[in-house]
Amino acid sequence: MATYSTSDFRKGLKVQIDGEPYLVIDSSFRKPGKGNAIYTLRMRNLVRGTILDRNYKGGESIEAADVEEIESQFLYRQGDNYVFMNTENYEQYELTAEQVGDDWRFLKDSTLCQMVLYENNPITITPPNHIVLKVEYCEPGAKGNTATNVTKPVKVETGAEIQCPAFVEIGELIRVDTRTGEYIERVKE
Amino acid sequence: MRWPNKAFASCDARLPMTNDGNHLQSGDCWQPTADLPYLQLRAALLRRTREFFFQRGFLEVETPLLSTDTVVDQYLEPIGSTILSAKQPQHLWLQTSPELAMKRMLAAGCGAIYQIARAFRDGEKGPLHNREFTMVEWYRPNDKMEDGIALLVEFTEALLETEAADCMSYRDAFMQHANVDPLTADTSRLAQVATAANVAIPSQFGDDRDHWLDLLMLELVMPHLGRKRPVIVYDYPASQAALAKIREDDPPVAERFELFYKGVELANGYHELLDAEELRARAITANEKRLAMGKSLLPVENRLIEAMRSGLPPCTGVALGFDRLLMLAAGADTLADVMAFYGDRA
Repeated sequence: MATYSTSDFRKGLKVQIDGEPYLVIDSSFRKPGKGNAIYTLRMRNLVRGTILDRNYKGGESIEAADVEEIESQFLYRQGDNYVFMNTENYEQYELTAEQVGDDWRFLKDSTLCQMVLYENNPITITPPNHIVLKVEYCEPGAKGNTATNVTKPVKVETGAEIQCPAFVEIGELIRVDTRTGEYIERVKE
Repeated sequence: MRWPNKAFASCDARLPMTNDGNHLQSGDCWQPTADLPYLQLRAALLRRTREFFFQRGFLEVETPLLSTDTVVDQYLEPIGSTILSAKQPQHLWLQTSPELAMKRMLAAGCGAIYQIARAFRDGEKGPLHNREFTMVEWYRPNDKMEDGIALLVEFTEALLETEAADCMSYRDAFMQHANVDPLTADTSRLAQVATAANVAIPSQFGDDRDHWLDLLMLELVMPHLGRKRPVIVYDYPASQAALAKIREDDPPVAERFELFYKGVELANGYHELLDAEELRARAITANEKRLAMGKSLLPVENRLIEAMRSGLPPCTGVALGFDRLLMLAAGADTLADVMAFYGDRA
């Protein structure tokens, strides 16, 4: 099993702590000028999402997590679960609503997502940063109102509601930032 | 001149990682990590530093960065360099501080001196650390620790334009922020304090008392030091004397002092050890501890020991991390913002 030593520590590593996979979200090196160094990792549990802070002394090492990232395509929803397919080998994976979290709002047919596998089981998906969605329903906006600071809820094809400027109409396509859930712009077909 | 704005934001340490943990490559890694106004402030503070010491009659000196001698410290990793052109390849060290050479000058009778020098420390990397950095180091003969502290207070006021620094003993700093006496508590008591305060303790941390003191210092004490105005902490545990004189109080303390501002360690000073044999003995002890930590041995014999045998005048000296000082003066929170080419961009 691969290990990381304190000199390898950095943001982005995927490590195994007490039998669970973590993503290093912050790595810090602290040392009194004439004293012993402490390496601190802030990690997010890749399964449960909890945050863990750990200190290490110089030269300590930790196990790398058996984590793999693959490209997957969203196929369909099955009850509370979401079914994806590995685009390389067509293997299918099911994620629970809890694992998908708020990202269900951006899952339309064939959306390509990054999927993280831990010991070959899916644990998270990340949709592309920007995604184009079709507006299914909204209240009509006032004619000629091009102001972007007046917003209204708009229902898109995935069933999610996105706050959009008042000028957005039914049937139009909008680009959304999946990291913030915010409207970016209208898109021509 | 075209100056890239917020160059750092697009590259290096702040870039997202690829899956295998490498930094994404970006086309603008040639650019400085610091914005121009911060580099202008650097130049202004360097000028102010020279002015400060000129006014007080200090001689500015320059000493070699590469030397056959190096400081033997348990916690400092020097970077070596091999000169291949000589008949027999020669091994030289990049200095971890200009201390050895400056003290040899003091022994030769140069009077009060200061230097603005580059120092190199292997493996130090983070928002407050860089492998190569700028150190301001000064010595004044006949200064007792109190005089050295007073001069450091003046320097801090002149450079940072803050109120005069507070002073407190190392013991008081620990009593106040960790509620433990750092001079008398044993290792298990220090471990108890760490546990009670929810400090994350490394596994197999061992029983080196100074490691526990450093852990409590980093986690519980240092973050509170110098929040309003700079603070100078003095009278360190004798076990952390480094190259400071030990005063035979009960318990004995090292006549060592440090400057902190906004929770950042800025300077380290000693009422300097004068005894050559004591220096040699401390180097041997440091090497033993290095060996126990799995580190390489460093050469104990050096020309500072010879210089001290010939006679180092009583003096107090201070080494100050100039980049950190600049960072705080600029209101920045990483050295990357104030060094032209920080980290991997060097």
